[in-house]
Amino acid sequence: MSDVLTVQGLTVTVRDKTLVSEVDLTVGPGERVGLIGESGSGKSLTALSVLGLLPEDVVASGSVRLTGVDHDLIGADERRMSRVRGRELAMVFQEPMTALNPTMRIGDQIAEAMLIHRTRPGRGAARSAALELLERVQLPSDLMRAYPHQLSGGQRQRIVLALALANDPALLICDEPSTALDVTVQALVLDLIVKGVVARSSALLFITHDLAVVATVCERVLVMYGGRVVESGPVGEVFTNPRHRYTQGLLAASDLDTADRRLPTIRGNVPAAGQFPSGCVFRTRCPHATDICAGTPEWTGPVADGFACHHPAEPVSSPRLPAGGAHA
Amino acid sequence: MPDQVPAIQVLDVVRDYPRPRTSLLRPAPVVHAVRGVSLDVKQGERFGIVGESGCGKSTLLRIIAALDQPTSGHVVVEGTDITRLPERRLRFLRENLQLVFQDPMSSLDPRMRVRDIIAEPLVVQGHPASGERVRELLEAVGLSADAGDRYPHQFSGGQRQRISIARALAPRPRILIADEPVSALDVSVRAQVLNLISDLVDELDLTLVFVSHDLSVVKHVCDRVAVMHAGQIVETGYTGDVYAAPQHAYTQRLVSAIPTLQRALSGATTSDLLATKGEPA
Repeated sequence: MSDVLTVQGLTVTVRDKTLVSEVDLTVGPGERVGLIGESGSGKSLTALSVLGLLPEDVVASGSVRLTGVDHDLIGADERRMSRVRGRELAMVFQEPMTALNPTMRIGDQIAEAMLIHRTRPGRGAARSAALELLERVQLPSDLMRAYPHQLSGGQRQRIVLALALANDPALLICDEPSTALDVTVQALVLDLIVKGVVARSSALLFITHDLAVVATVCERVLVMYGGRVVESGPVGEVFTNPRHRYTQGLLAASDLDTADRRLPTIRGNVPAAGQFPSGCVFRTRCPHATDICAGTPEWTGPVADGFACHHPAEPVSSPRLPAGGAHA
Repeated sequence: MPDQVPAIQVLDVVRDYPRPRTSLLRPAPVVHAVRGVSLDVKQGERFGIVGESGCGKSTLLRIIAALDQPTSGHVVVEGTDITRLPERRLRFLRENLQLVFQDPMSSLDPRMRVRDIIAEPLVVQGHPASGERVRELLEAVGLSADAGDRYPHQFSGGQRQRISIARALAPRPRILIADEPVSALDVSVRAQVLNLISDLVDELDLTLVFVSHDLSVVKHVCDRVAVMHAGQIVETGYTGDVYAAPQHAYTQRLVSAIPTLQRALSGATTSDLLATKGEPA
């Protein structure tokens, strides 16, 4: 089966700065893929370029193909993109307050998403579909007449999810959907996201900086740093047997279960946009960096399961299979 | 010594906030933000307070720091009852108890240079604010001495949090209260700041009150923890015990909702996060 989303050589630049470079990424049908990295690693920009929502002077190049859409999403004009957005491709943003229209009632907003794309025959049908969606995200039906400001953060995020799933998109992109929420609310929202995409056999691209969330939600993961994908593979593989030194550092730094009072850290800070070193983007913070790291490391292994590092960590147990991952 | 005075003693503190009247005939509705909280923090202890937004943990902190007055109840800091003391008699508290806030951007004055920010608590309290002390503090939190000449916007989130910590430490406090100090930070920076707080607490022999919504962070940092829910403390205990065997139904829900790598890698799904610990999903 062909992939739902195929991103090839995606590069995002602003004036003379490169923010994202040469990102390759595929999401198979019904697959849940995580994109992790710290702020400034380019993960949100990657998502925004797929949606064609980049700010004015930020330019994307490369190729983004979505199943069921006969043109490349990069460079497509607004008229064509607006037919794709909310139909084949939907997004849940981090900040649910700004993602909703404050002047429209919840029910009308959800119905509007379906009426614009004419996926329901009329107002009545759209409204009853909206009601059903509200039920799916476990909200009472009297919220149909509520305005966004009357809802809590978790409720709003569930509305945004209902909106995103309204037209059964082929691909749902979630950008840090639960970061602003409390733990128990986060658990509910994550569960609704997973149930929602599984029920529709939609593919999911899940962006977050929380490794534990990705491990719980996704099957496959890509680690981004400095605008590049530095490692990718199945969640179990990458998180138990990290090869790239950045992934290794990230895992160690987030392991709060360690008995040691001091956490292992990655030295220094994430550089500002455009300030990443040439060659291996991680070499200024990497304890293993040597002179050859000034050259860009080659990608080792298949696209969906490999890493780019000159001094990879030793595999802990079984070495990675040379090929034959589910989507290799 | 056995009869050591607790660093902080909170005795049945209640805080009600009146809301604006909605009717001329009925009394103004009241929000019960904190409903009868009692706790003891021993000298030199690392004490955690965990709860979700709206549970009253920030209100409780404000009361402990005498930035707000309880409706009833008492707060005793190092043997002195601070409730209803006028500001001019709170000087000992301002010197001994300092705060680090969650958002390092809004808690640092954007128009002040970092060295003035760090020296401000000293100036306010009438101590000589020497450049020497500021440099010493900058070094203690791992910033270079020339950082003092710059403005907060020139720093990243983690560095700004270091500046906040340096400012808090300036008057040589004995109690440090940290309100969600790492919630806004990235994982690798979070580890750096947690280590820094931990080291400073050890070196300077501080009593730490660490407030967070994230029980796993609190577990890493603190010896004891109080779990707050709807204005009340529902469970107190050693962090390891509370985390491993939560007693109260709310704590159980809270603990099982935390996604962890170990659980996820052994096959836990999102529906397991919603299940109460011990029960099948």
